Amino acid sequence: MLPINKAIIAVLLMCLVTYLPRMIPITLFKHEIKSTYIKSFLNYVPYAVLASLTFPDVFTSTRYIASAIVGTIFALYLAWKEQSLVTVAIGAIAMVYIVEYFL
Amino acid sequence: MKDYLNGFKKGIPICLGYISVSFTFGIMVVNSGLPVWMALFISMTNLTSSGQFAGTNLILAGAGYFEITLATFIINIRYMLMSLSLSQKIDKNTKTRDKLIFSFGITDEVFAVASTEENNVNTPYMYGLVTMPYIGWSLGTLLGAIASNLLPDSLSGAMGIALYGMFIAIIIPASKKSRNVLFIIIISVITTCALKYLPILRNISPGFRIIIATLIGAGVGAYLFPEHSENGGEENATN
Repeated sequence: MLPINKAIIAVLLMCLVTYLPRMIPITLFKHEIKSTYIKSFLNYVPYAVLASLTFPDVFTSTRYIASAIVGTIFALYLAWKEQSLVTVAIGAIAMVYIVEYFL
Repeated sequence: MKDYLNGFKKGIPICLGYISVSFTFGIMVVNSGLPVWMALFISMTNLTSSGQFAGTNLILAGAGYFEITLATFIINIRYMLMSLSLSQKIDKNTKTRDKLIFSFGITDEVFAVASTEENNVNTPYMYGLVTMPYIGWSLGTLLGAIASNLLPDSLSGAMGIALYGMFIAIIIPASKKSRNVLFIIIISVITTCALKYLPILRNISPGFRIIIATLIGAGVGAYLFPEHSENGGEENATN
């Protein structure tokens, strides 16, 4: 483990390289993009990012793969029924908890 | 004020999701031997999940500044795509000073909510939207750090799925409305799996994996289904 004063510097460096990618494009890019392709691309980015963040990592997000699979299926079901973000998240946690209770 | 409150309300579900995720982060940090204030300091300055989890693990492993900074940066490059995407979504009259401040709060979920709004978003909305997620991320970390020894493993283990549940709650309704979005999600997931499991490709770091999968998913999607509307998948529903 890094000594605490070095850890503080490391955290500040992490802060910087987290903030700059968030700040620079939105602050410097002022024009409206005309290209239909680029516009469509940027519109599709959130779905592509969230999908690749979620799958397949969600299956290893809990203590057992079995509970994660059941939790994911339940989350997909709740999302399909268009429940709110919190309902889906808490529903998935509850399902994982229940499954793990029986494992 | 109306726009601030609108954003504020939409940040509440994100906040609740964050409390459970940052709670586990707080537990992890304190269980690893770092002080409670350090857990809170990391969350309040970074406000990101995968980046700060990875960075903190490297701090615990005693890695050098360069490695910690580079790994965190690579994981966070995806925010450049989101920030660029939001630059097209925010009101044209937004002041630079405000952009400098609220861009600190552009997380995956904040981005997902702001970018899937029907209309353009303005400054009060953005400040409102980032308020509760920031509080939730900080508060959850603090609570987790303090309670690290009190919570049974069974519960903290189950909470690992919370963040993914939120992501699923965003992408599934959107892909119900638009087959194009569903197609993009499938392409992105196939790419991610290929990068994670195939020989040679699996050496690519998780940060780059997400970037490449995003570029391919959104790139192929935009090539096959270019849209002429202002909005995302919403208006392009195929049936």
